[in-house]
Amino acid sequence: MAARRASRNLVAPKKELLKYYRDMLLIRRFEEKAGQLYGMGLIGGFCHLYIGQEAVVVGLESVAMEGDKRITTYRDHGHMLACGMDANGVMAELTGRIGGYSKGKGGSMHMFSKERDFYGGHGIVGANVPLGAGLAFSDMYKGNKNVTFTYFGDGAANQGQVYETYNMAELWKLPVIFVIENNQYAMGTSVRRATKSSSFWERGTAFSIPGEQVDGMDVLAVRAAGQKAVKHCRAGKGPYILEIMTYRYRGHSMSDPAKYRTRDEVQKIREERDAIEQVRGRLLDAGATEAELKAIDKEIKDIVNASAEFAKESPEPDPSELWTDITVDA
Amino acid sequence: MATEILMPALSPTMEEGTLAKWLVKEGDSVSAGDIMAEIETDKATMEFEAVDDGIVGRILVAEGTEAVKVNTPIAVIVEEGESANDIAAPAAPVSAPESDETTPAPEVAANARPAQPAVDRSPDYPEGTELVSTTVRDALRDAIAEEMRADDTVFIMGEEVAEYQGAYKITQGILEEFGARRVIDTPITEHGFAGLGVGASWGGLKPIVEFMTWNFAMQAIDHIINSAAKTLYMSGGQMGSPIVFRGPNGAAARVAAQHSQDYAAWYASVPGLKVVQPFSAADAKGLLKTAIRDPNPVVFLENEILYGRAFDVPKLDDFTIPFGKARVWREGSDVTLVSWGIGMSHALEAADELARNGISAEVIDLRTLRPLDMATVIESVKKTNRCVTVEEAWPVASMSDHIGSEIMREAFDYLDAPVLKCAGKDVPMPYAANLERLALTSVKEVIDAVRAVTYR
Ligand SMILES: Cc1ncc(C[n+]2csc(CCOP(=O)(O)OP(=O)(O)O)c2C)c(N)n1
Ligand SMILES: [Mg+2]
Repeated sequence: MAARRASRNLVAPKKELLKYYRDMLLIRRFEEKAGQLYGMGLIGGFCHLYIGQEAVVVGLESVAMEGDKRITTYRDHGHMLACGMDANGVMAELTGRIGGYSKGKGGSMHMFSKERDFYGGHGIVGANVPLGAGLAFSDMYKGNKNVTFTYFGDGAANQGQVYETYNMAELWKLPVIFVIENNQYAMGTSVRRATKSSSFWERGTAFSIPGEQVDGMDVLAVRAAGQKAVKHCRAGKGPYILEIMTYRYRGHSMSDPAKYRTRDEVQKIREERDAIEQVRGRLLDAGATEAELKAIDKEIKDIVNASAEFAKESPEPDPSELWTDITVDA
Repeated sequence: MATEILMPALSPTMEEGTLAKWLVKEGDSVSAGDIMAEIETDKATMEFEAVDDGIVGRILVAEGTEAVKVNTPIAVIVEEGESANDIAAPAAPVSAPESDETTPAPEVAANARPAQPAVDRSPDYPEGTELVSTTVRDALRDAIAEEMRADDTVFIMGEEVAEYQGAYKITQGILEEFGARRVIDTPITEHGFAGLGVGASWGGLKPIVEFMTWNFAMQAIDHIINSAAKTLYMSGGQMGSPIVFRGPNGAAARVAAQHSQDYAAWYASVPGLKVVQPFSAADAKGLLKTAIRDPNPVVFLENEILYGRAFDVPKLDDFTIPFGKARVWREGSDVTLVSWGIGMSHALEAADELARNGISAEVIDLRTLRPLDMATVIESVKKTNRCVTVEEAWPVASMSDHIGSEIMREAFDYLDAPVLKCAGKDVPMPYAANLERLALTSVKEVIDAVRAVTYR
């Protein structure tokens, strides 16, 4: 594959590039494995893969600091891996086992890690947007310098509560970064068939929220935009919108008939713009060796295989778990 | 290493499918992501991608084959220099655990409800405590102010809670004392600010979200239920939502259908919520303080007509009432009246009237609907052998229905008459004064129901 689009003057030291390469590859391989386990019937229900969009979350995690929060949709496996959650715990949640982050009670779409400041994993399109603003509100209230990354899709960007949230976020200057992962489709509905607006970030201007569109296939472009957004938020200037142009290679969920776009469209983006291939190219330019990259591939493969093993072997939750975690004692 | 490719499950319900078409042939190289085959599922025709790099060593199921069971080997992928024969015997199909593992009798656990607490008839406050006549409105305000004084993470937000001093004056003086950081007027965006409140609760704060009335919370119900009530469970116990949603609920006076609905049964049906519907000022105060401290999401259903009504409230520095503890307002022997919220005013008045006619009614105020103190109700029904419930909500799928079914389950042999309910009528609330009166339940209906079950 020759995804080597020279992108502007963005550069990063080799060490940094290696980290992005590794983190994006982990997501991709993890998702491929999840797809495989789904095919074997080990994962049930809905399962939305993040393949193709890896640069979005990896680029933004590179500008996060300790205590920053993140919240996203049901397409959440990549976000969890990128913020440092354990692959075993994520995979075991997918298989509905006790070793999963939610003891098997949440599944693919509903996982959380208070420890990593990951606030889900939400199945209702648009709902995580005010929730993210609320997390940001808590930081403002406490006087912290932290920000909340609130990820949602192009489809979610048409939900009314998004605009209720924009209004409050700017009104109260909440430190929230609205990250629209514009992968061009909401299930089978292309952006063009859902709105006459030509861009989503511009809608923020109606609320006086600044923003920009970003090449989401280039991790360094995402990182650069993220730096700007984070700086704005931490300075107490309120929210910022990043509309990140990305693409999902796989179906919306596992059962996607793929009739709404052509195979060529997918293939073209994979070949010409793939985020991992771009970083790979940059790494080779920066003097990394094939052997170095192979070693990373191997390391990732081992992590992912181990997570699959763990997820198969971890037992199902005890029947008594049915009745736990409904309320907490006062 | 040669690996078998298995017939994939491509939808949550797929058990078998048709191998419609192979897009690769033996000897082809494939890399992860390449489309290998088209498979027809119960829902659609889908493309099946390679998950690893390799060479198609052998195709085991010919295209056009129908009813290929999920997990049947359909091809073998080999690495450079390997042959498909390196796979010894065809591996037994892998199957999901639910099909081959017999989990021992899960029904037992599923039916076994957590143990119900015993009857607690301890007084709410020590005997001899000084009592001060206080309106429900002031009692609620005092509860909010006391909790905000005690805990800086408590804040209140909603429409008109700050400068206007509350649409119903519950937050009178609160802005003045606590300032705009903690007393926040919101735009008219119930969906948005309810969600924002839940997010803030995850961020370590204890929000009190006021709905101008509960009717408007229908725009926010997704966050109350999907975001607040379910997250503790969905997170395996990691993250709860310590938040109070409160405001006036049920019929006020002459505000018609869209402003006159009692949501008790809706919220009380949701696991993960706590639901409070107080009648008296003392309960309003003691229960709201408990609600603010509770680590779970609490739905607190007030009543506009009760706001101005005065009751004795104990003068204590820190007066709280636990959830799940009903209050017996009067003891009696002939019938048990079970009510909550404004229904209690009908129940108490009816009991007075019945007493004048020689019928002794025991009156129980449930106070909280989730958790529900059925123990107190059952104990009373075992004594009186009769029960009438009183509420203002719609009669279909109501709290009364639930209470009636619990009584049948726990005290069927003690009943001398069917459990009757006095509820709102099964109509949208009309505006005309006479029709509105007819749509609500009444003291007369309660008396009639008691006469029916006591055969007097
Ligand atoms: C409120 C709501 N409506 C509909 C759905 C069903 N649904 C799930 S994902 C989805 C498409 C969302 O697309 P987008 O926001 O672009 O996110 P993407 O899947 O592309 O990441 C729909 C319609 C839902 N989960 N919630
Ligand atoms: Mg999309």
